[in-house]
Amino acid sequence: MPIVVDKEKCTGCESCLEVCPYDAIDIKDDKAVINEYCQMCMACLPVCPEGAIKEIQEAAEEPTNLEDYEGVWVFAEQRDGTVASVAYELLGAGRRLADELKTELSAVLFGASEQEANELIRWGADKVYLCEDPTLKHFNDEPYAGLLSSLINTYKPEIVLAGATPIGRSFIPRVAAKLRTGLTADCTSLNIDSETRNLLQVRPAFGGNIMATILCPNRRPQIATVRPRVMKRNEYDSNRTGEIINVKAEDLASRTKIIETVKEVSEVSVNLQEADVIVSGGRGLGGPKGFEMLKELAGLLEGAVGASRAAVDEGWIPYSHQVGQTGKTVCPKIYIACGISGAVQHLVGMQSSDIIVAINKNPEAPIFNVATYGIVGDVYEVVPMLIKKIKELKGK
Amino acid sequence: MNIVVCIKQVPDAAEVKINPETGTLIREGVPSIINPYDMHAIEAAVQIKEKTSGKVTAITMGPPQAETALRDAISLGVDEAILLTDKAFAGSDTLATSYTLSKTIEKLSPDIIICGKQAIDGDTAQVGPEVAEFLNIPHVAYVRKIEDIGEKSIRVQRLMEEGYDVVESTLPVLLTVVKELNEPRLPSLKGKMAAKKAEIKKWTAADIGADEKDVGLKGSPTQVKNIFAPEPKKDRQMLEGTPEEQTDALIKKLMELKCL
Ligand SMILES: Cc1cc2nc3c(=O)[nH]c(=O)nc-3n(C[C@H](O)[C@H](O)[C@H](O)COP(=O)(O)OP(=O)(O)OC[C@H]3O[C@@H](n4cnc5c(N)ncnc54)[C@H](O)[C@@H]3O)c2cc1C
Ligand SMILES: Nc1ncnc2c1ncn2[C@@H]1O[C@H](COP(=O)(O)O)[C@@H](O)[C@H]1O
Repeated sequence: MPIVVDKEKCTGCESCLEVCPYDAIDIKDDKAVINEYCQMCMACLPVCPEGAIKEIQEAAEEPTNLEDYEGVWVFAEQRDGTVASVAYELLGAGRRLADELKTELSAVLFGASEQEANELIRWGADKVYLCEDPTLKHFNDEPYAGLLSSLINTYKPEIVLAGATPIGRSFIPRVAAKLRTGLTADCTSLNIDSETRNLLQVRPAFGGNIMATILCPNRRPQIATVRPRVMKRNEYDSNRTGEIINVKAEDLASRTKIIETVKEVSEVSVNLQEADVIVSGGRGLGGPKGFEMLKELAGLLEGAVGASRAAVDEGWIPYSHQVGQTGKTVCPKIYIACGISGAVQHLVGMQSSDIIVAINKNPEAPIFNVATYGIVGDVYEVVPMLIKKIKELKGK
Repeated sequence: MNIVVCIKQVPDAAEVKINPETGTLIREGVPSIINPYDMHAIEAAVQIKEKTSGKVTAITMGPPQAETALRDAISLGVDEAILLTDKAFAGSDTLATSYTLSKTIEKLSPDIIICGKQAIDGDTAQVGPEVAEFLNIPHVAYVRKIEDIGEKSIRVQRLMEEGYDVVESTLPVLLTVVKELNEPRLPSLKGKMAAKKAEIKKWTAADIGADEKDVGLKGSPTQVKNIFAPEPKKDRQMLEGTPEEQTDALIKKLMELKCL
């Protein structure tokens, strides 16, 4: 076990017990003992007042030709030929990393046109590797993974970023496994360790209750998926020029075939992950009618409608709207929770939102612990009043 | 059909509490459960078996205590269970975990492998697709419905951001499943009896022929540098007054935020 307790120094104070997220420390004979649940997350090291907990350095693997790899890449996902907004956010983050590393920023675009590739340049890319092959127009894991990993093998970037979207989270792990390198999921912040050129990848664990910094020090490329909506875009520069490199599609064979693509449209977009504003409802709405009201409010704020599991389980709104541990993780600029109590499984899906507004008639509801602005009141009084006043403001 | 389900034992998030002072988790006394998504994976596997006959094997890589998760799986209709446990596996990241699981699955030569969409402790959703790559078989992530299973192929619905795709794949295939797929059953009395009596196979790195340098900490390219508490929420504020005054105050805030 690489984390050990120095029995001489340990006083059995139990400080470490409290911070261990895995329940991996027992007290035996007044001394802390690391058990087999340990995941080596290092949470216990800094809290020990005696400095009794240490990490034993195992002989690290030899770094493999790190210096052969250079440059930052962004995988720019597109849907129906249009680049997704997460790609522009990644270019913002990628530009910053590339400048710090004094290297180039490239984008990789599959199944879209040169026009879209030029947009990527105007948003900050120096180069775009473009494969226009129409078979790549619709996302399919095997051809995407095959082509991206073969490009990485040829051009050897040191960092590859992709969106933590259904597409990125499905095929990027295959790329990482093909290349036998590390992959960090769902990052919320990225920085460079200037000494080693290592990428410091920060991501939430346990639904955002703790944050972890992850490194991939000995293999390249370092690959990360990044949450939509957390990175800032660059300024758009319509005069910016760059190089487009057309790549030939090779071996696009696939054992999976897309038979049909079905869009499920609703009046107000369900696209929770991209919405700036989410108006969310829970059991406190008392029935499906409440969601009609929330849809109207969301419409006025150009937002989407979310829901707690209780509301989904009651059948008031489809599962695609569910936010939380077993639903979607969202981080809009504004999250308005209406009649939601704030159970931990709901909070883990939305507590990283910039601003949280809670409307609940119970002043003790735990949702108020995370709310930026709290209103104690009946949703059926507050929300219609909000709608009315906003309409007046907009002169409707 | 010969089916393998990959399950993980995780702390029950419903019981995890946060220490308000330090912002860290209090895990003491928190029970361990089967990862909620993996419950849907088990249910899917058992339903396929009931329709087509065959066998379901559950596998997990974890500490010896993870045996209880496998017994729970048997009570839900799983036929056999294998616990991958070895000191050499400690500290595995997703790549090392996927390698270890794939070495095990190779020995079982299943037609279908089912994983949960993600595990609720790490939320990475990487293990399923990585296992498929190691096995050199196709995968479909976010499966919300199994439409049809043939001799050599399967047709499923994959959840996407704005709807779903109907995807056909050859067998063998790996699926990762979402909650919408099914409603997990409760253990039957017969299942509970079977779970008590079942022999849980315990396999080590040597049993699966895993290369020592590819498992555990050694086989893990990613390392946790440190962990810390997220920044506490900025200024919290209860809006005061009558409902109308509170609503006005909120509208003012929304205007300040340029949301209106
Ligand atoms: C494994 C597992 C996974 C889960 N995953 C999720 C998940 O992904 N997402 C999720 O949301 N939950 C999830 N849950 C469920 C979660 O524990 C809670 O049960 C759920 O979030 C509660 O939903 P709610 O807040 O809408 O309902 P309740 O807890 O019933 O709260 C309703 C609230 O509405 C208020 N209220 C009532 N009437 C009014 C009114 N007229 N005006 C204003 N306020 C009113 C009440 O004061 C109360 O606070 C999960 C649970 C488990 C065990
Ligand atoms: N240690 C493990 N043993 C068995 N299956 C696992 C393990 N870790 C992850 N899985 C499977 O992979 C899925 C995704 O996990 P993760 O990539 O950790 O989010 C889970 O739902 C499980 O089906």
